[in-house]
Amino acid sequence: MSRRSSQPFYWALFGAGGMLSALVGAMMVFTTGLALPLGIGPGARLSTYEGASAIVRSLPAKLFLFAVVSLFLWHAAHRMYHTVHDFGIRPGAIAWTCCYGVALLGTLVALVALFAAGF
Amino acid sequence: MAVRRPYVRTMDGWWRRDPFFVRYMAREMTAPFVALYALVLLAGLVCLALGPAAYEDYVEVLASPASLALHVALVGVLVYHTFTWFQIMPKTMPPIVLRGRRLSAAAITSGAVAVAALCMAVLWLLAGWLA
Repeated sequence: MSRRSSQPFYWALFGAGGMLSALVGAMMVFTTGLALPLGIGPGARLSTYEGASAIVRSLPAKLFLFAVVSLFLWHAAHRMYHTVHDFGIRPGAIAWTCCYGVALLGTLVALVALFAAGF
Repeated sequence: MAVRRPYVRTMDGWWRRDPFFVRYMAREMTAPFVALYALVLLAGLVCLALGPAAYEDYVEVLASPASLALHVALVGVLVYHTFTWFQIMPKTMPPIVLRGRRLSAAAITSGAVAVAALCMAVLWLLAGWLA
C-alpha cells in the first residue's frame, strides 16, 4: 500500500490562511496595531483590559482570532518553507522546524491563551 | 590527466534577472510579515490571558513609535498581499464559465478584491459593534 502524501494537508492550510489574510489581513493589522494603541473607533475600547477581554470571551471572536493566528502562521510557514529553497537552503529538518514548527507551537499557544482568557 | 572544469553559471541572485521573478519573490516575501503579525497578535492574546497588568504593558508597547511604524508597514504589505493573492487566484482555480464564455482573469481579480474590501468594512463595523 502506498503511503499518502501529507502535502495536500499543508497546502490546504496554506490556501486557507492566504485567503483569510487576503480578505481581512490589512484591516486586522490596522485595527489591532494602529486603531487599538491610537484609540481610533473601536480601538478605544480594545485598548482597555475590560473591553478586550469582553470581546475575547465571546465564542465567535475566539474562533475568529484562533483562525487568524493559526492560519496566518500555517500560510506563512508553507510559503517560506518553499521559498527558502529558492535562496539555496535545502528543505530539511531545520528548515521544517523553523517554518512548520513555529506554526504548530503558535497554534498550541493560541489555544491555551484563548481558553485561559475565559468564556 | 587534466581535470575538467566546465563553466557553471552561478544561481546567486537568479530572481533579480527577470522582473517576473522579482514580482514572484516580492509576493512570496509577504509571508514572513504575515507570520510576524500573527505572532504580535498572539502576544496580545497571551497578555490578555495573563491579566490586566500584562495587557497594559502590551498596549504600551503597541503605542511605541517603533511598533506604530511597523504596523503602518504591515498594513502596506498586507494590502499588497491581497492584490497579489487575487492576481494568482485565476491560475489556481478551475475556470468559471458564464453564458458559454470563460470569465476573464481580470474580472476574477477585481471581483475578489472588491469582496475583500467588503469583508474589511464588515470587520471594522463588527469590531465597533462588539467593542
